Amino acid sequence: MRPADRALIFLTLAGAGFATCFLDATRLRAAAANDANGMATLVARLHLTDLALFTEARYTRHPSQADLHSPFQDHPQALEHFPTGSLIAPPAGLTRTTSEVGAGETAK
Amino acid sequence: MKLWLARQRYLIDFTLASLARRKTRNLGLLFVYTVLVFMLASVTLYSHALRQEAARVLANSPEVIVQRMVAGRHDLIPPGYIEKIGRIRGVQTREARLWGYYYDAVTKANYTFMVPAQGAPAGGEIIVGPALERSRGLAKNNGISFRSYSGKLHTFVVADVLPQASELVSADLVLMSEESFRAFFDYPAGHYTDIALSVANPLEVRNVALKLAAALPDARPILREEVLRTYASIFDWREGIVLALLSAAILAFGILAWDKASGLSAEEKREIGILKAIGWETGDVISMKFWEGLLVSLTAFLLGFVAAYAHVFHFAASLFGPVLKGWAVLYPRFQLTPQIDGLQVATLFFFTVVPYAAAVLVPIWKAAITDPDSVMRG
Repeated sequence: MRPADRALIFLTLAGAGFATCFLDATRLRAAAANDANGMATLVARLHLTDLALFTEARYTRHPSQADLHSPFQDHPQALEHFPTGSLIAPPAGLTRTTSEVGAGETAK
Repeated sequence: MKLWLARQRYLIDFTLASLARRKTRNLGLLFVYTVLVFMLASVTLYSHALRQEAARVLANSPEVIVQRMVAGRHDLIPPGYIEKIGRIRGVQTREARLWGYYYDAVTKANYTFMVPAQGAPAGGEIIVGPALERSRGLAKNNGISFRSYSGKLHTFVVADVLPQASELVSADLVLMSEESFRAFFDYPAGHYTDIALSVANPLEVRNVALKLAAALPDARPILREEVLRTYASIFDWREGIVLALLSAAILAFGILAWDKASGLSAEEKREIGILKAIGWETGDVISMKFWEGLLVSLTAFLLGFVAAYAHVFHFAASLFGPVLKGWAVLYPRFQLTPQIDGLQVATLFFFTVVPYAAAVLVPIWKAAITDPDSVMRG
């Protein structure tokens, strides 16, 4: 067999592998459809608001419910205690310059 | 057409033979290229799937959560507060929630204690999350004691364990009855942690929040769309951090590819000179190099993407998972549902395949249009 044919067969197989990823994703999505893992039902039943990814502090366990000053609770320029805090984006108000922030808007 | 195809096959034959002459160098490049695509594709596939999963699951969270603020801090909802909300038009149901945190010195982890609105266990019984079951070695009907913040020891019987498949949202949960919760935390009677509201018309949610803020100035309404936005921004931020860390690798590859592509070796220059001297046209030389760039970059892209897909969705993203999903003592184990964003794949393809193909072509075009004699002499 010529090298060109071998290369084209290899690329076709790799392309088939690439297409299989999409088919496999569709198969797995269909298997997970209708809330197969029961998470959406549990969230609705228990009124949950957050993912249980980082449990070390209240503002990392429930980032959507925490008051925005809690990561800096010890004093205004306190460094964050927990590693997760360094991986969660700070509130937009904290990253804008004072001139851009209107009165009473710092926590938004 | 037939002639064109035959010509391309001969060009590919020649390109492969040329690549095989510098086997180690080209295989090394292909390996590094594949690993780079693998890393970039893993990060984008994982972040996208995690973002979609969070959005799917949290789409069922309450439309509005009302917290009460005192001196800028979250405070308990006092008796009579919930009745004031009932008068706001558009609010369909309101349910006071009872939940709090408990630090377990045994596992050095925080648990979320919660009273479910429906299906609460009997007094003295608890339903635990799967991560807690694992970390404390619990099973159904086992007893477990927690020392409350008042110093008293409370013993509970595990009535059930939440399904492992729901671990992403339930890893650290401890569900108990209202009486057990109030007794454990010495929670004042009639007080609640916060209030979950459901609003009949989704378009009314913002108005309800505005009305709430006007009627109850000390209330902080948290809308579901804000919750979803929080999670989208968390995973965007994390994806950005990983990509920033990977940028060193991308830069290193850029230098490698640029060096290989722009600085033609004397051997390659001589090869082009000879080809032109024996009658190859500039177009033929460029076609040959085009095939070289395409074969290398397409192989790297396809292999890297397939490996990344298998890594993320069949091997739980063991290489990047801890950075992207965070870590905790009670680490949830979960399998993500694959979500492939076509635009993301196209972007990845464009930014990995096109620059390499272009970087290969430009210097070859320069060498190919010069006189064969001067090219051969260097």
